[in-house]
Amino acid sequence: MSYGTDVREHYRKELAGIREAGLFKEERYIRSVQAAEIEVEFPAGAAAKHVINLCANNYLGLSSHPEVVEAARRGLDHRGYGMSSVRFICGTQDIHRDLEKRLTGFLGTEDTLLFPSCMDANAGVFEAILTDQDVLIADRLVHASIVDGMRLCKAMQDTFKHSDMAHLEEKLQEHQDKRFRMVVTDGVFSMDGDIAKLDEIVALAEKYRAMVCVDDSHATGFIGKTGRGTHEHCGVVGKIDVITTTLGKAMGGASGGCVSGRTELVEMCRQRARPYLFSNTVAPVIVAGALKVLDILCQSTERRDKLEWNAKYWRKLLTEAGFDIKEGESPIVPVMLYNAKLAQDVARDLFAEGIYVVGFFFPVVAKGQARIRTQLSAAHEKHHLDRAIEAFRKVGKKYDILGKGKNEIIAKYGL
Amino acid sequence: MGDLEQVILAYVKREYIEDGDDREVTVTTPLISGGIVDSFSMVSLKRFLEKKYQIQIPDADATTAAFDSVQKIAALVERFRPVHA
Repeated sequence: MSYGTDVREHYRKELAGIREAGLFKEERYIRSVQAAEIEVEFPAGAAAKHVINLCANNYLGLSSHPEVVEAARRGLDHRGYGMSSVRFICGTQDIHRDLEKRLTGFLGTEDTLLFPSCMDANAGVFEAILTDQDVLIADRLVHASIVDGMRLCKAMQDTFKHSDMAHLEEKLQEHQDKRFRMVVTDGVFSMDGDIAKLDEIVALAEKYRAMVCVDDSHATGFIGKTGRGTHEHCGVVGKIDVITTTLGKAMGGASGGCVSGRTELVEMCRQRARPYLFSNTVAPVIVAGALKVLDILCQSTERRDKLEWNAKYWRKLLTEAGFDIKEGESPIVPVMLYNAKLAQDVARDLFAEGIYVVGFFFPVVAKGQARIRTQLSAAHEKHHLDRAIEAFRKVGKKYDILGKGKNEIIAKYGL
Repeated sequence: MGDLEQVILAYVKREYIEDGDDREVTVTTPLISGGIVDSFSMVSLKRFLEKKYQIQIPDADATTAAFDSVQKIAALVERFRPVHA
C-alpha cells in the first residue's frame, strides 16, 4: 500500500482526535545541560526561558556532574565512541564486565547483565527465563515496559490489585499448579511514587514458592539508607531473584539498563534475551560515566540524604499550600488534578511562572487520574523549592484547587 | 439480572474494585472504557469465564469492546456455551 491521500487523511483525523480530546503531547526543547535550573524553548521558536526543573529523573543531580562528564570523556578517549556491535559478537569491552561486577556488588546480587536500556531489560528478561508452563503475577501498576515484556513471554499472565497483599496471596494460591511462579512489581511506582511492600511480597513468595522480580528504576541510587534500592529499604537484600533497573535516571541519566539477580537467570538472559542478542551494546562513554557514578555513590550518602530531605520538605510545602498529593516517602510527588486539560493548563501556567513541569494524562496514566508529577533532585536547593511553591500557590489559586480534594476538583472540572 | 450476569458482576467487583473505591458498578457500567478493567488485567477475567463455564473464548472475540460491560460479557459467554438439547 502506498502512502496515498486516503491513508494520510486517516492519520490526520486520528491526530486531530487526540488534540480534540486534550491528550496531545508537545515537546519542549532544552538548550542547556540537565540541572535544577535549565533553559527551555517552548513553544518551538520562542526565546529560551530560564526555569526550575521539577520533572527530571535526575534524582541525585549527577546528570551533568563534572566528575561524571570527565570520566565519560576519558571513556571516549580510551575506549572510543561506539562498538558497532551487539555484545556477544564484538561489543563487550573490559569496562562492560567491570560495570556489571560493580553493579552486582552495589545491588547485592549474584550477577548482572547490561542492556541498552531498562525498557530493553524488561522486554527481554521474562521471555528468556519463563515458558508456557509458568505464570507471571504482576502488580496492576507496573511500568508499561514490564507489561510489554510480559506480553512477549509465553508464560500465563495474571495481575493483582495494586500493593494488595491479600489479593496477591489469592493469586499465588490459585497458581500452585504452574511449574514456576514469578511475582513482578516496581520498587517505586513511577506515577504514584509509592514504595512496594517488598518485605511482604518476599514473605509470600517464600511461602508459595515463587520468584520475585523488581523494576527498581525509580529507586536505584537513592532509596534505602545507602541507596541500593527498594530491597535495601525493605530489608530484603539478597532475596530478590531479578532486579531490573536503569542507568538513565539517578545513575547518571544517559542511558543503559540491566538485569541483576540469580546467576543462572542472568546467564539465561545472556544466552536468550532478544534485546541483548539483537541490539547494540551500551556505548563505552556511558559505561565509563556509570562507573564514576558508582564511585561517587559508594564514597558517601550525602546526595541521597539531601534528596530525602528535599522530598520531605517539598511534600510539606505542597500539603500546607492545600494541594491534593499522593502520600509517600519517595522523591516522586504527584499533584493530583484528575482532568487532563486542567493538568495541561496548570503546567502551562507554571511554566510561565518559571517552573517546568509536565501534565500527565491518558494513556500515560489512567483516564480521570491526570496529574503533574513533580520530582525532586539532590541538585535542588531549598530556595528552588521555596520559589516553586510560590508559583504553585499562585497557579493553584487561579484554578481554585487549593484545599480541594478529588471530588471537588472533579465536580468543578469534570473527568 | 440473570444468574450469569450476577456471577460475572460479583467476580468483577471482587477482582477489580479496590478497597475504598465506592463507585457503583452495574451490569451496564463501562468496565474498560470506564477505566475499571484495563487490557492488561482483563486476562484474569477471560480465564475465570473459561474455567467457570468450561468454554474457550477465541482471542479474536476477546476484544475490549466485548468485555466492556457485564451485560456484554454475559452475551459473549452465551455465544460459546454449549447448547444442550
